[in-house]
Order: sequence, then structure tokens, then C-alpha cells
Amino acid sequence: MPNQCARSSPWQSSELEGLARNADPVAGAANSNAVGLASVTKRFPGVVAVDDVSLSFRAGEVHVLLGENGAGKSTIVGMLAGVLQPDSGGLTLAGEPVQLSSPFESLSFGISTVFQHAMLVPTLTVFENLVLGDAWWRRSSRSQMEERIAELQELFGLQVPLDAMTGELSLGEQQQIEIARALLRDCSVLILDEATSMLTPQGVDELGGRMRRLADRGLSIIFITHKLTEAYRFGDRVSVLKLGRLAGEIGKDSLKAASEASAVEDMLRLMFGGEESAATPAPQPDRTAGEVRLAAANLRIDGGSVNMAHSEISLAVRSGEILGIAGIDGNGQKQLAEALAGQRPILAGRLDLDGEDVTDASVGRRRALGLRYLTDDRLDEGSVGMFPVADNTVLKEIGAPPFWSRGIERPARIAEHARDLIKRFAVRTPNEFTPISNLSGGNIQKLLLGRELSGTAKVVVFNKPTYGLDMQNSVDSRRRIRAVANSGIAVLLISTDLDEIIELSDRIAVMDRGRICGVLENNSSAPREMRTRVGRLMVGDAAMEAAA
Amino acid sequence: MSDAEADLESGELLHRPGALARYGPILLLTLGPILAALVCSSLILLAVGVDPLAYYGYVLRRGLLSGLGLSQSLTRTAPLLLLAAGLIVAFRAGIWNLGVDGQFLLGAVASAALAPAIHGLLPGWLVLLLGFALAGVVGALWSVLPALLKAYQGVNEIITTLMTTFLGISLANALVKLVFLDPGTTVPQTRTLPVPDRLPRLFDTTVSSGLIIGLIAVLAVHVAMNRTAFGLRLRTVGANVRAASHFGLSVPQLTVATFALSAGFAGLAGASEILGVNGNVRADWNPAYGLMVIPLVFLARFHGVATIALIFLYSVLLIGSESAARRLGVPQTFTLVLVASMLIFFGIAEHHLHHRMRKAG
Ligand SMILES: Nc1ncnc2c1ncn2[C@@H]1O[C@H](COP(=O)(O)OP(=O)(O)OP(=O)(O)O)[C@@H](O)[C@H]1O
Ligand SMILES: [Mg+2]
Repeated sequence: MPNQCARSSPWQSSELEGLARNADPVAGAANSNAVGLASVTKRFPGVVAVDDVSLSFRAGEVHVLLGENGAGKSTIVGMLAGVLQPDSGGLTLAGEPVQLSSPFESLSFGISTVFQHAMLVPTLTVFENLVLGDAWWRRSSRSQMEERIAELQELFGLQVPLDAMTGELSLGEQQQIEIARALLRDCSVLILDEATSMLTPQGVDELGGRMRRLADRGLSIIFITHKLTEAYRFGDRVSVLKLGRLAGEIGKDSLKAASEASAVEDMLRLMFGGEESAATPAPQPDRTAGEVRLAAANLRIDGGSVNMAHSEISLAVRSGEILGIAGIDGNGQKQLAEALAGQRPILAGRLDLDGEDVTDASVGRRRALGLRYLTDDRLDEGSVGMFPVADNTVLKEIGAPPFWSRGIERPARIAEHARDLIKRFAVRTPNEFTPISNLSGGNIQKLLLGRELSGTAKVVVFNKPTYGLDMQNSVDSRRRIRAVANSGIAVLLISTDLDEIIELSDRIAVMDRGRICGVLENNSSAPREMRTRVGRLMVGDAAMEAAA
Repeated sequence: MSDAEADLESGELLHRPGALARYGPILLLTLGPILAALVCSSLILLAVGVDPLAYYGYVLRRGLLSGLGLSQSLTRTAPLLLLAAGLIVAFRAGIWNLGVDGQFLLGAVASAALAPAIHGLLPGWLVLLLGFALAGVVGALWSVLPALLKAYQGVNEIITTLMTTFLGISLANALVKLVFLDPGTTVPQTRTLPVPDRLPRLFDTTVSSGLIIGLIAVLAVHVAMNRTAFGLRLRTVGANVRAASHFGLSVPQLTVATFALSAGFAGLAGASEILGVNGNVRADWNPAYGLMVIPLVFLARFHGVATIALIFLYSVLLIGSESAARRLGVPQTFTLVLVASMLIFFGIAEHHLHHRMRKAG
């Protein structure tokens, strides 16, 4: 099939030189219809994921799709990417009806997609992942790739370690590689499904600028996010989905004319039908920290791809306290969490859980003692995709009563437990037998949160608990985290979202290159000041912070 | 694993709407390839000048419809079922134990070495029991190397089990010729367990009661994998190793346990063939059942009952074509053509199924 978009390749050198100045779109392209959906409906067993939606994405625009978890955004992306087929209605390309029956076809029509969930091969190096799928006669040589990556790095702050084994990188790093891979392709439509959920604030800004420049070149960009300010800042046009239906649109002119606050207000109204109060954070209640629940003394951790062997980590979390761990993704946060949970060897030092030495205790033993760990990798680590929802709620207690009796499963008990969690945590799923991989990202997260909080928890380690959640669900999750702490549980909150850390934490520790480079008392009433103080530590400016 | 299997696992088939609508296509896609293979093989038979209807009719009559043929077919399923039980455990735990033939042969040699030696000294049932036990242990021991390499070094078990199977076949041979040789005969073979002391026949047929052992083994494995904590642990490891360690499962230990169980069943299969049917091991004997059972277990999508059905079908085919080979001059290896084309059509059907499921979501 012809490659229809060589013209707008983001990688022609002229473009690289004059990105900002040379913003002269191909005549007429700015308003032409690049891709569109015409009365598309897509059903899954038990849900109508996309319900009679018509949308058109124009060349030269950044079109933002908003909607709660499970609204149907990723399903639309799947159809445009050729992974899913509409049940009725159809797609259009440049105004003509078109059928995209495979990812290959979609790509060859110039539609390049960054999926919500990492699609890289973990056992290949980054370089191999980047060239995977290119025809052999067009495959980039190593030096070409290095050149282009260097350009990306410069333009865009993407970190792409070509020789690293992909599976050893953090999710944030993998996401950067996915974006790089999409940008490396020649395309006329670029789809980013929650591609900013793991980037640093600077990374997000750079991506925003980059999208603008690509749109100015005549590309059509479809940008999915849960952050309304990003939608306002980067978008030309906003469409809001609600339970699979198109709930409303904000056109180009009204979006540009509105102030940020009123635009966000509009989006909230479309998304939640007037319940925008959900977005205002609840006031921080008074909590009194109790005795130390989790104490790490001079821990040395086998960090794998992150060099942590030379740093000793000490921290203590008290009951009723939230200790935030801030830092740029990939600086050892995940390794720390895994070592605390017992999944990663502790080389030296001592870890106490509620006064008991658990340095060498197994995952199961720690869980029995009340330690819970909510991983950030919901799909590949936190759950088994093809198992039903019900089984996934008990996978951390296989064999334990009341769900098993003498090793024999009791399906009715498990199903009942699952239904209870589904109800209490407002999980959207047709029933408890659906394979968990069919749930939307936010709903999986809610279910796993429920799993970790059931039973008697004493210490909960949250790793990026709200990434990928819509505003309503983020607010709910944060409220739950706060409630967890209020009930006397010690909470360790790892997050790359500074606002979240500042909103919730009592104290904030900052991790940088595998060590804790500072701990601050939080002052959530002065978020701006906290942001700069934490930010300085995050970029490795401990000295400045100490002086300030 | 397919959607269908996830459904079977949840075990709630009957309570859900549309079970038939969902299983119809899968049934079709299992029977379809079998029919297509029959047609395709007919063409080949026609090409070599044999009337396919006569051939199939003969196979059916000799393998299924005659009393003697049927009991031979049923007897033949016993070792196949035990092998299948071991393969189901391994495959569902994500371990590709392709070394069952070596484990089978060594188990067979172990039981053939022990049973005739202690026969007469101990009560008959105890002789049989010890023969089976030793065969199971020897089979399991033969998987220790691949198991440890996989569990602690991550070495791909497909390669190591294939290598140990070659070694195992040679070792079994060497043992027969050098160590356990029956001095009483000129044929190189082990000593023979007398017919009355072998596994009892079922009622007044000639069917070996190994059949019952095999059936129980497959059904027990099926239930254990679907309904017990241990089975869920193995399935979790099989589905996603990272998740399994996150859940606190000891992946290396479960891997070793999987190998031991799987290879142990292969050893038992060897014993059932010796203690139930042959009575001894002849040098250079290697029926290579394992290689045939592996595709059948796949064809059945690791489902216990479906595996039993397919293995029975396959035994009928084997026994029937053995007679047909003698009578119609079609070589016995023609069964391989039939089975191979079945697998090819199965692959095609599977591909289509995936395609359609994706379209349907
Ligand atoms: N393969 C599938 N099988 C069954 N149901 C599915 C499948 N994929 C998605 N769904 C369902 O379709 C609905 C829409 O899901 P989708 O992933 O499009 O939501 P989303 O808007 O991307 O949400 P999120 O913000 O959480 O990613 C959800 O109810 C989800 O459970
Ligand atoms: Mg999504």
C-alpha cells in the first residue's frame, strides 16, 4: 500500500531546522478531514464501549479526547489502529470510507499509534524494538538510528537508552520509547493514548510543544489525557465521551477564546454533568502519627538496571502517616517498593515491620504481617489478564481460607468476595467472570486497590496509584488513600505526580539516582513553594535546597 | 490460552447465557479439521490407488467395531493417557516438557528391572505398586537437570528436555543391553514379568486395567488444575511469571514441582506399558508415544475430557491402521499422514478463530 504521508514526515531535515518558524501548513490541509468515525458502534460482551459515535479529526489540529475510565477512548483508538473492528458504522480516511482490518494496514495509511499500555517486547533491546516491524530493506542502521535519537533527545528531552533491555526499564521510560517509536515513523495521523501519564512535567511540556509543531506541519494529532489543563493547553478541539457516547465538543474558537479556568469548567460539565465539585480536593484532616510501623535502616538493594548498590536507604513510616516519595521516574522508586514488598533481595541493612525483623521474610509472610504493595504495573504484574476478575481478587492469598478449604477452591466464596469489591470500589465490569484484561485501565486499578486493602493492612505501599485514572477516580483514590492513613495504617506513597504528593503527604522524601537525597516536612497549604523545593531535590540540587 | 479456556476454568459455564452460542464455533473448529484431514488423506489414498472408503471402513472395523480391536485400542490408551496427564500439568504451568519420551523409557526400564526381580518374594499387588512407584521416581529424576536449569538459571527447557530425551533413550537402551539383560534368552531384553502377575484385566475382557489408572490420572489432573490452590499456583506461573512473584509465589520451587510431576507421570506411563502389557523391555524399543500425545493435548486445548476423547480416537486409528497395513498394503506410517494433516488443518482453523474473535472483540 502506498505510503501517503511521506510529505509530512517529521524527520525531513528542513523541518528539523525550522520547526517553529516554518509553520506553513500545506495549502488546504488545515481543515481537511484526516480520519473520522461515522456512526461507529462497538460492543463487547456486556458493554457498549462505543455507541454511535461520529467524529472527525482534521489535519493540522490537535484533537483531545476526554472521558472517564471506561468511556471508550481506547476502544476508538483500537479501531483507528486496526486492532479492533467496528460492529456497525465505519471509518473514513480523507473523507473516503476505509476499512482498517489490521494494524499493518492502519500503519500503511499513515496512522501511527502510541497505545495506553506498553507494546514493547520486553526481551529485546530498545534498539531492536525501534526497528522491529520495518521492512528489512528499509531497516535503519545503527548509526542512522543514533542520529535520529540524538535529534529526538535534543528537541524533546526523550531519554532513549538504545542498548538497554526493554523489560528492565521503568514504565515511564518505556512510554518515552513508545513515543519515540511513533515519532520515528512517517505518518499523517498520530494517536497518543494517555502518553503523558508517566512523563515528568517538563516532558509533558515538551511533548505539548512538539505536538503543536507537528500539527502545524499538517499532521492530525489525537491526544488522550485525563489532565484537563493539558487538554486546554495543547488542544485545538476537545471531544468528550461519556459511557461510550459523544457527550459534547468544544470547538476551536471557543476553546481559544476561553480562559483556562472556564475551559476546564466546561470540560468538567460535559464529563460529569455538573458535578464538578468532585474536582476540588477534600481538605486535609488532622491526623496524628502513631508509632513506627515500617522502619528501613541502611538498606542496600539489588537495583538491577538502576545502580543502587552504593546507596543506603533509611526511612520510617508511622501509623496514620503518609510518607510521599517523589522523584523522576526510573530513579529507583520501583526497586525500593519491590524490596520493601519482598520481591527484590535486600543486600544489607535491616527492615522492620511493626517491630518484627522482616529483612529476609517472604512476600507472603510480609503480607500476612500486614504489608501491602500496590504495583504500578497493573497489567503485567498486578494481575493475570486472562484470568477472570474474581480469581484476580484472591491471587495474593491462594490457598487461604475462606476462599480455599484444605486446598480446594470455593468458587462461590470467591465470586461473592469479588462482587463485594466490585461494588465497594465502583468497578465497571459486566460481571466477575470477565477476564480482567477486558476492563479499562482505571477499573483494573480500582479492583487491585480493593484487593490490597482487604484484610488487615498495617502498611500500604502505593506505587503511582492514580496514573491513568480519570479525575473522578483520581479524587476517589486519593480520598481512599487518605482514609487508609486516617484509619491508622502507615502509607508510603510513591508518585511522579508532584501535586498528588503535596496534596496527600505528611512528609516528602525525594529519590534521585537510587538514593534518598532529602526529606522535607510537607506544607500542603503552600503548594507552590513545596513544588519548587521538591523540584530542586528531584533534579539533584540538594545543595541549593539546603541553602534555601 | 484461549478465551474458551478461561471460561472452562471459571467453571460456571452452565449458569451463563449463550454458552452454546460461544462453544458452537469451537466445537466446529475442532471437528472441522478432523473432517478436512480425512478428506485430504482420502485424496492421497486415491492417488496411490487405494479406495479410501475401504481403508477407513477397515480401520474403523478393526480399531473400534470388533471386540478384539476395541479392547486393543482401549489398552493402548493407558500409557497415552498417563503421558497426557503429565503434559497437561506442564503445559498449563507454562513448562514445555518435550522430554517425555526419555522419561517414559527410563520409567519403563526401571519397572522392568524391578518387578521380575522381586516377583515371587512379595505379594503381587505390592510388586506392581513398587514397580509403578520406582518408575515414577526415575522419570521424575530424569527431569531434575532441565528443572534446575530452568528454575534457577532460566535456561530454555525446550532445548534441555529434548537433549535429555535423546540421552534418556540411549541410556535406557544401554541399561537393557548391559545391566538388566535377561540371561535366559538370546534376544536382548530384560527379564519378563509373567502374564498372570501383570496388571489385572478388566472384567472378562482383555483390556488392561492400566486404562482405569490413565483415566483417573487425566481427570484428577484436570480437577487439580482447575479447582485446587496448587493448580491455580501453577496456572498463575504459567500465565505470567512476573505476576506470580508479585503474588508471593515461589516460582523456582513451583517450576521444579511441575517438572517432577510431569516427568513422574511419564515414568508411570512407561510402567503401565510394561507392567500391564509387555512384561519386559526389549532393546531398541521406543514407541515414541510422547511425540504423538503432545499435539493431541494441544488439539484438546489442555482440557482433560477433550484429551481423553482425542486419545481414544487416536488409539483406534493406530490399532485399526496396524491391521489395515497388513491387509490393504497401506504402510502403517500412513497414520502419521492423517495425524499430521489434522494438525495442519487445526492450525489453520485456530488462525481463523483468532481472526474472528478479534473482529468480534
Ligand atoms: N477486549 C474487551 N473485551 C470486553 N470489554 C472490553 C474490552 N476492551 C474494553 N472493554 C470495555 O469497554 C469499555 C470501554 O473501555 P476503554 O478501554 O475504551 O475505556 P477508556 O475510555 O480507554 O478508559 P481508561 O481511561 O480507563 O483507559 C469498558 O467498559 C471496558 O471494560
Ligand atoms: Mg484507555
